[in-house]
Amino acid sequence: MYKVVKNAEEAIHDITDNSTIHLGGFGLCGIPENCIAALAKKGVKGLTCISNNAGVEGFGIGILLHQRQVKKMISSYVGENAEFERQLLSGELEVDLIPQGTLAERCRAAAAGIPAFFTPAGYGTEVAEGKEVREFDGKMYIMEHWLKADFSIIKAWKGDTDGNLIYRKTTRNFNLPMAGAGRITIAEVEELVPAGQLDPDQIHTPGIFIKRIFEGEKFEKRIEQRTVSKKA
Amino acid sequence: MLDKDGIAKRIAQELKNGYYVNLGIGIPTLVANHIPEGISVTFQSENGMLGMGPFPFEGEEDADLINAGKQTVTVMPGGSYFDSATSFAMIRGEHVDLTILGAMEVSETGDIANWKIPGKMVKGMGGAMDLVASAKHIIVAMQHVNKAGESKLLPKCTLPLTGLHCVKRIVTELAVIDITPNGFKLIERAPGVSVDDIKKATEGKLIVEGEIPEMHLYL
Repeated sequence: MYKVVKNAEEAIHDITDNSTIHLGGFGLCGIPENCIAALAKKGVKGLTCISNNAGVEGFGIGILLHQRQVKKMISSYVGENAEFERQLLSGELEVDLIPQGTLAERCRAAAAGIPAFFTPAGYGTEVAEGKEVREFDGKMYIMEHWLKADFSIIKAWKGDTDGNLIYRKTTRNFNLPMAGAGRITIAEVEELVPAGQLDPDQIHTPGIFIKRIFEGEKFEKRIEQRTVSKKA
Repeated sequence: MLDKDGIAKRIAQELKNGYYVNLGIGIPTLVANHIPEGISVTFQSENGMLGMGPFPFEGEEDADLINAGKQTVTVMPGGSYFDSATSFAMIRGEHVDLTILGAMEVSETGDIANWKIPGKMVKGMGGAMDLVASAKHIIVAMQHVNKAGESKLLPKCTLPLTGLHCVKRIVTELAVIDITPNGFKLIERAPGVSVDDIKKATEGKLIVEGEIPEMHLYL
């Protein structure tokens, strides 16, 4: 029970200005929306946010961008957010764009205690500038480093009081590799149950990676692109 | 000349039974609508799903189930979900048989540029750099010329690169073209398009050997 906190405000109480934070999710799918709302309310500034995307205007990290709380974004794709593009082109916001697989692996490496690895992604492009290049079995690879942070904030479907997590459908995305990648990992879940109620065979993220867990007050789970088929 | 669906239809003929296929955003997404009869393939969506199915019926959308384009989708029987690091292990580990993606420019040596226009567009590369660096087979689906009427098949790319020497085949509204050690090689013409039309729209070196057949689109 020592991992369980009351709510998002308590979970993020020691996040201060200029913190570096991993934020799980892909687009708006599986984002820790309660903690993002709490960060917006707290008003911490100068944040470096590591997240595959930058939310949309008015939701997700878009809220933090709108309030000028973000100093730097480390992402792979930010095309959905016009406010982001405006801040970037005007020089208000720093951005590091990283190939998506490299971003995921750099988070995983940080959680796994692997300081660097070689990947072919970005070889021969501007992503490779200044990086060590090595040939393995006739193919060229570039060295990438682990990507640590002060905090990792992730979202899961179900969690227990020991921090064990189960994700639903495609929400596993960056939430799983970011678990344990930051100094302190915070998990918000849709349903928090007592330890022992989740089947150990079905756990996606073992509790050891999680320092704080709470049941989110509200999940809006906004859909970014609502696409449907017609019934025949 | 082909429309976007025609390009997708032609590419769909490259699918083989049992293939694992990653589709990029745009024309590549349409390929899923034209899988030939009797062919069974599995679509990988790099945000964390194998066995991506069609869009859900209205009212059955699930915010927790999207594709890499952030669109609501469904999952096919036999599908699976996984995290982003595992997803790119499939891609980097060359377990995906075919990658189909769009491009702004392709060079005659198979270089591709599709993620950035300096000073104008900063959206990011997403998974494209990982995909092109590791795919066993890459087909580019794109228009032959850009909106300004300039060829997108060039001796050298002018935009920042996504990957080097990786594209194997290009399908446009005009033609099917392979990348060979000697440059672009014309394989097929689109219905009603002449070799001259294709030559005019191709700025890079285009190899034309013998009669160039018109493509057959099984409708």
